[in-house]
Amino acid sequence: MARRRPKLAVWKFASCDGCQLTLLDCEDELLAIAGAVEIASFPEASRAHVAGPYDLSLVEGSITTPDDLERIQAVRKASRYLVAIGACATSGGIQGLRNFASVEEFATVVYAHPGYLSTLERSTPIAAHVPVDFELRGCPIDRGQLVEVLSAFLIGRRPNVPTYSVCLECKRRLNVCVLVASDTPCLGPVTQAGCGALCPASGRGCYGCFGPADTTNARALANRLTETGMTRPDVVRAFRTFNAGAEAFREESERDA
Amino acid sequence: MPSASNRTLRVPALARVEGEGGMVIRTHNGRVSDVELRIFEPPRFFEAFLRGRRYAEPPDITARICGICPVAYQMSACLAIENACGVTVTGPLHDLRRLLYCGEWIESHALHIYLLHAPDYLGYQSAVEMARDHRAEVERGLQLKKAGNEILATLGGRAIHPVNVRVGGFYRVPTRAELEPLAERLRWARDAAVETARWVADFDFPDFEPAYEFVALRSDATYPILEGRLGSSLGLDIAVDEFEEHFVEEHVARSNALHARIRGRGSYLTGPLARFNLNFAQLSPMAQEVSRDVKLEPPIANPFRSIVVRAVELVYACDEALRLIAEYRMPDRPAIPVQARAATGCGCTEAPRGILYHRYRIDEDGLVAEARIVPPTSQNQAQIEADLRAFVEPRLDLSTALLTRQCEQAIRNYDPCISCATHFVSLEVRETD
Repeated sequence: MARRRPKLAVWKFASCDGCQLTLLDCEDELLAIAGAVEIASFPEASRAHVAGPYDLSLVEGSITTPDDLERIQAVRKASRYLVAIGACATSGGIQGLRNFASVEEFATVVYAHPGYLSTLERSTPIAAHVPVDFELRGCPIDRGQLVEVLSAFLIGRRPNVPTYSVCLECKRRLNVCVLVASDTPCLGPVTQAGCGALCPASGRGCYGCFGPADTTNARALANRLTETGMTRPDVVRAFRTFNAGAEAFREESERDA
Repeated sequence: MPSASNRTLRVPALARVEGEGGMVIRTHNGRVSDVELRIFEPPRFFEAFLRGRRYAEPPDITARICGICPVAYQMSACLAIENACGVTVTGPLHDLRRLLYCGEWIESHALHIYLLHAPDYLGYQSAVEMARDHRAEVERGLQLKKAGNEILATLGGRAIHPVNVRVGGFYRVPTRAELEPLAERLRWARDAAVETARWVADFDFPDFEPAYEFVALRSDATYPILEGRLGSSLGLDIAVDEFEEHFVEEHVARSNALHARIRGRGSYLTGPLARFNLNFAQLSPMAQEVSRDVKLEPPIANPFRSIVVRAVELVYACDEALRLIAEYRMPDRPAIPVQARAATGCGCTEAPRGILYHRYRIDEDGLVAEARIVPPTSQNQAQIEADLRAFVEPRLDLSTALLTRQCEQAIRNYDPCISCATHFVSLEVRETD
């Protein structure tokens, strides 16, 4: 008798769809993945919806509406393992910039009749609401890391996803350090690896889209950045992008300097 | 048993579209009384938090509006800011932008044709299910998509949210040798795109031809991607900076997106059908030949044939990318310097799903004082509703299941990107009280 294929579900909350698109971007692996798992619910790719429970749920996006507060609870209950994918799901995302301002004012800027809108004061990551089994970082996530996470959960081991900084990847790639060599502002020293040091390889500084690395010293880097000519507001903006809500970045951007 | 005269067609959550939306159609005495395309994608307030950001930041920030067409956002943002700062990027840097954009067209069109739309025509729930009977076609689609993504990764660093785009150009430009491997794959992709056009041209298309006003960028020199004036099939001919005098957006209660209309006229259609009808003569000879070969000649008014138009644009994008690579000479510098100044600028480019307009007001400190973004799907939303109304009424004798699927298919004609302006539709027909 054939073994039952594990059931995979993909869920979306407030996001750009880029992280779940990363699954469809596995052009060489997609049909093999679809053979190894039952894609039970993935609305962006299929009209078919198989009821839970699911063995693995990938959750994209942050929680920003009253309905989504309830929906994430239902997703957690229906899922054996829940993996949060991407900056929105792991830190609140770019829409988390509302956490530093007034959401009423934001709504008035964009919409003529903000009364029609239903939105929360804050954009929060999935782990703020339910237990999360693994957080995969990135804006967007890296395709290779996604395949690693899928494989690991299907086999039943921890994913091999490093938590050290971009600097290690940058050295391995034999990039010249943009901060040292040309005083180009770079968040690489405090940002988690995973992208392959893409920005320094393109001659620009890292902008932190994988969020804070393990045991970072954001304050020391902030001081170094001011030596490149950045003003304090520039430094605050640098920490307030796609992972503005991540603790190490948020603390540094809120510090009185 | 629902009565034929009073029905509600309801799709709570649309599948195989980008973002979250649904659809409700009500009929009364055999007439459509109400059509709503519901957008419940949560609002993310980009135009608000762009305020106070440095003038160089909108390309990276607005890319995050959409994971499927980030390059469109980056390009419209760059053009708008450069316009404000009095800079025009031309020559090889413009050509490199066009090559990057071709990569996004190829990726997005292959995704939509094969993974999102074709299953409707052939009666499957998904491309994965379709692959059981049409494995070679699905694999061809995935490899086409990959060819687009490889352009994006080579020029931009990665396929989603490329890192190498900046106001004024790029951070780093490729050598000719770096582009060579792309050309090899693109020659395969161009042939695969021609096969795609022949494959989708044989699908069955519902008989449906509304009277549209088509709106697209127009240019005599080239099939427009990031150049040209705004034109329409009813004679509109304006510069991009006149956009807001002619197009208005309305915020309606059922939706978190804004609906756009042409002032004094109403809904309009933007996207592949509009581009094709207004710029056929600017397609490459090969794309024109393929088009004629599959009996696709302008004007095309049946939105269900948009899948064939996308395939022709796929041929064009591969062909154009090959031309750009063959003619590429590495520029002296990766970007033109752009100094901020207190001014307002706008930019409009052809995202895979239609025109994408950005406007920024920059203040004297080089910060964004005001931002406005008008994505293609919010422009098409009123037209999608008009299509559904016109499509459903003569077909109320169809079974609920069939009509439901065809309405979903009609929505997918627009390749709606609801994150730009959503994921679910369950269409349910029930009797009204």
